Amino acid sequence: MEEKKYRAVGQPVRKKDAMQLLLGKPAYVDDVTPRDCLVVKLLRSPHAHALIKSIRTDLALKVPGMVAVYTWEDVPQKRYTNAGQTYPEPSPYDRLILDRRLRCVGDPVAILAGEDEKAVDRAMKLVKVEYEVLEPVLDFHKAKDGPVLVHPEDNWRSLCPVGADNRRNLVASETCGDGDLEAVMADCDLVLEHTFHTKACQQAMMETFRTYTEMDHYGRLHVISSTQIVFHVRRIVANALDIPKSMIHVEKPRIGGGFGAKQTSVSEVYPAFVTWKTGRAAKLIYTRAECQTIGSPRHEMELTVRLGANRDGRIRALDVYTLSNSGAYGEHGPTTVGLSGHKSIPLYTGSLEAFRFVYDVVYTNLQAAGAYRGYGATQGVFAVESMVNELAGKLGMDPVQLRLQNMVREGMVMPAYYGETATACALDRCLERCAELFGWKERFPVRKLPNGHLRSTGVAMCMQGSGISGVDVGSATVRLGDEGFFTLSIGAADMGTGCDTILAQIAAECLECPVENIAVFGADSDASPYDSGSYASSTTYVTGRAVEKACTKLKEEMCALAAEMLGCESSALEYAEGCVRRLDGSAQVSLADLATRSMVMNTRPIEATCSNSSPTSPPPYMVGMCEIDIDPETGKVTPIDYVSVVDCGTPINPNLARIQAEGGLVQGMGMALYENVTYSDKGAIAENSFMQYKIPSRMDMGHLRVEFESSYEQSGPFGAKSIGEVVINTPPPAIAHAIWRATGAWHRELPITPEKVLMGMQHHEP
Amino acid sequence: MLKINQYVRAQSLDEAYALCQKKSSVVLGGMMWLKMEDRPVGTAIDLCDLGLDRIEEKEDGWHIGAMVTLRQLEQHPGLGTLTGGALAQAVGPIVGGQFRNLAPVGGSIWGRFGFSALLTVFLALGAEVVLHGAGRMPLETFAAQPYGRDILTEILLPKQPVKAACCSMRNTATDFPVLVAAAGIRDGQVRCAVGARPAKAALLTDEQGLLAGGVTPESAQAFADWAAEKLSFDSNIRGSADYRRTLCRVLVRRALLAAQGEEA
Amino acid sequence: MEIKLILNGRPIVREAEPDTLLIDFVRAQGCLSVKRGCETSNCGLCTVMLDGKPVLSCGVLAARASGHRVDTLEGLQAEAEDFVAFIADQGAEQCGFCNPGFVMNTIALLRENPDPTDEEIKAFLVGNLCRCSGYEGQLRGIRAYLDAKKAREKEAQ
Repeated sequence: MEEKKYRAVGQPVRKKDAMQLLLGKPAYVDDVTPRDCLVVKLLRSPHAHALIKSIRTDLALKVPGMVAVYTWEDVPQKRYTNAGQTYPEPSPYDRLILDRRLRCVGDPVAILAGEDEKAVDRAMKLVKVEYEVLEPVLDFHKAKDGPVLVHPEDNWRSLCPVGADNRRNLVASETCGDGDLEAVMADCDLVLEHTFHTKACQQAMMETFRTYTEMDHYGRLHVISSTQIVFHVRRIVANALDIPKSMIHVEKPRIGGGFGAKQTSVSEVYPAFVTWKTGRAAKLIYTRAECQTIGSPRHEMELTVRLGANRDGRIRALDVYTLSNSGAYGEHGPTTVGLSGHKSIPLYTGSLEAFRFVYDVVYTNLQAAGAYRGYGATQGVFAVESMVNELAGKLGMDPVQLRLQNMVREGMVMPAYYGETATACALDRCLERCAELFGWKERFPVRKLPNGHLRSTGVAMCMQGSGISGVDVGSATVRLGDEGFFTLSIGAADMGTGCDTILAQIAAECLECPVENIAVFGADSDASPYDSGSYASSTTYVTGRAVEKACTKLKEEMCALAAEMLGCESSALEYAEGCVRRLDGSAQVSLADLATRSMVMNTRPIEATCSNSSPTSPPPYMVGMCEIDIDPETGKVTPIDYVSVVDCGTPINPNLARIQAEGGLVQGMGMALYENVTYSDKGAIAENSFMQYKIPSRMDMGHLRVEFESSYEQSGPFGAKSIGEVVINTPPPAIAHAIWRATGAWHRELPITPEKVLMGMQHHEP
Repeated sequence: MLKINQYVRAQSLDEAYALCQKKSSVVLGGMMWLKMEDRPVGTAIDLCDLGLDRIEEKEDGWHIGAMVTLRQLEQHPGLGTLTGGALAQAVGPIVGGQFRNLAPVGGSIWGRFGFSALLTVFLALGAEVVLHGAGRMPLETFAAQPYGRDILTEILLPKQPVKAACCSMRNTATDFPVLVAAAGIRDGQVRCAVGARPAKAALLTDEQGLLAGGVTPESAQAFADWAAEKLSFDSNIRGSADYRRTLCRVLVRRALLAAQGEEA
Repeated sequence: MEIKLILNGRPIVREAEPDTLLIDFVRAQGCLSVKRGCETSNCGLCTVMLDGKPVLSCGVLAARASGHRVDTLEGLQAEAEDFVAFIADQGAEQCGFCNPGFVMNTIALLRENPDPTDEEIKAFLVGNLCRCSGYEGQLRGIRAYLDAKKAREKEAQ
């Protein structure tokens, strides 16, 4: 690892927007857009599967203040996808703004727009709909080749060869592998096989989906939305409305959290349609109930894992089959599933001789899934890491030693990770450091407290990616301004993660100036340079490198202009310490003078735009260890202590990286223990509010400690990889492990509720 | 969404009572539940001007006004001493302080909600209610009645200190209880209530004499086992009937022992 | 109906519907710090002070608040500024959407209990949900603020 002295990189710089946000200044969609616009709401299907036989809107339209009610008959008939993904879009084109066929409870039936909320609420009750209720497919085991088709329509389209087939309810399917799996399995001393089930957990970002739209003074559609993907939203809205992309301008203000939810265009098309039709400004604010029931949650998955190993602890073969439930639409279905294998199996590259990974992604008549932090890896890591912990138990081995024996290490080629090489990998150091910090050996024995409660520990490790290899594009524009400050324009979206600040730190490092001298602007589809958007753990790694490149180019531009001023060759100059100076030290031009000169009789823009893409997606790695408390009489599990060590390459901002890790850990705990999703026999979700869907409070997560063991990724900015997603993956398997160690029962379905723990104990006396 | 046509701050209980006789009228509690309902309200009657937000010790017992908030209840030193902290144990885990600063005792008790830990603990404490209209009656009588058009004005607790405790099991710290058990022991007489079954709290007394020899770990377990068999339980998203029955054996024992001051 | 109250120290008289919730009322008065995160009184984002007590403004009718004193974060900038800098130094504000409610309730906590333990802090703030930070950074920030305050007080003595 390179030990370099940095001025801005590696510093715990305050987030640029921190004080404004903490003091409650207006910053979000509903704060910064006019109040006097049309209120848009959606009438939603009460049925999981139905056809609209007839729909009458005349009575609704008579309500004073009502401006428009749109039905399936009013919208363009070209299908599109809401998934925010790069060309060629892997998600099928399977949506209309409003469809005659309703495919899940909550699917929109009509768009209502009125002068105020009361009018719209009244009108909502007066839209008369006659439904032909159809048999739904609610069990995702029965979807593939089942009798009920979710998308029987002829104009359904899959743009990519992902194994999709609407006639089979298939959103995607694939088989891949390496080595002779069956031969290696047959040669193993023991083969374990189990099936795991994870639910459609909600991102539960505090700001719900929301969008404001208006016609601007050029007659273009101006969309202000809480989104991670301004450029994709431009395409999606254009496709949905069937209008030219040139007619749309998308920007985002501050975003009240995303976690992937806002990588799908959940709310944009509806007010956009209203504004396009009426010419009036319009706003749609999703309720929490809508977020919970018709948002873009994690894909429910069932994973069957077969693990072959020898008695000495050598993990030789892994076979993973994933069945993923995409729900009513295919958004992110073809892509999330891949991570369930490709980011779990390679963890054991060190010893693995063969693997196979097979998946099916199916349509059902349930809420469509989307992108949620971890994006399939979370589900895969729960299954594979649980199997490895179970192997350790079976062999009577220390699960830490077992991992050290088998794990991927720097320099290894990972066949299960698209053949990429682990160019920067400190997973071994993470595990060793975590064990030391946690006191793994000393705390390993399960303890019984005087009150009868049990204390036990568990461990897991994981990986993720840094951007989508060969696909994601990050760009940055850096410009010199008056008095020598810089503006940094980006198309990546800071959703609270702090990427505006992190990218400014990278720019400040390159430009050898204080972070305060970098003003950040983004994201705006008209004004920002193109960026795929903030998802797939891409921003620091992909866009960060674009910032680095743009700064290098800008320095050349500044030297060239300074050369004109000093009457010398640009090669005789260097940029250093906030000025351009002659290499021989005989003269220099300050940034302020350079900036002034750039605005007077100048033909050379002191501005640079660079794009970046990476052929690889270097994984960040992480290890998590937990201690839990179990009340053996009630089954109640309380997290006590969670220690984790992360290798995200160079942490550009250790404070923000730490908070990312801590936030991810608590979301992972929620998934492991609390956040349940259950459906009625009609396909309605019971956990439709924060009253019923319990995300962890500050009394449900114990104490967290996070440290970094950094590797240095040559292809990343200053050695950085990513951090945003990897952090959510360890709690489910680590907690399941600790519960097994205390109770003797393995839990392979999440969340592991107290009832399941207690019932498990009754069947497996420890 | 809730629609309210008219808001009236009643200036007397008689006025409130008269307004309340109309079917479309509603007495405002803390709005916490009411606002989630999708129904038209003709007149919303607010009792906030009627001085019902006081906790007072009088000759005939402790008077807790219907507009006293859960937070007041939780923090009141006199009631803390009187009940051995049982009231705070019951309401402390409810959502958060800002919620408990709004939710009035009267709203909780009037609602007779299945999940109500407050109803459970008040039953165990031997509370009475005062209704403008129907008058004073034991809480268990009121709890069994259908929703009427009276106005709940006060909860009364006997002056005599009670050894009491409230134990609940929640899937998260501030969630609704999966089950809640409360015990009150006064003059050796035990009242035990079990709520969130998920039906509303049921009151048990020691009709079998299981605790006649005093509350010990063994007798408490015997009583809890009896309670688990005697009571009915049902399933919802928070837990199955079987799980609740199992919890009943644990929480009733713990509540009894904690009330008695024994280690659970 | 007429609503008369003291909003951030300023007496105001405004028309509102009988079913207007306090959150919508104060937002209409430009107090945009007050956020709605749910419809079920579970998230704590909409916390304001009603007669100095922290309450959920989604759970109070504007009509009931009439005649009372309402404070939002707009009115408590000076009291907040010192403390929130410590949250910023942890990076724990993150997306910021839950911050105003969290800051308001922390102010309420520190007014009631100027020297709370970690457990008291957690218990008091338990109704303030945050999905970004994992809470630990908020706790570190509050602790750092209290430590700094103590050090200042010690120095002053």
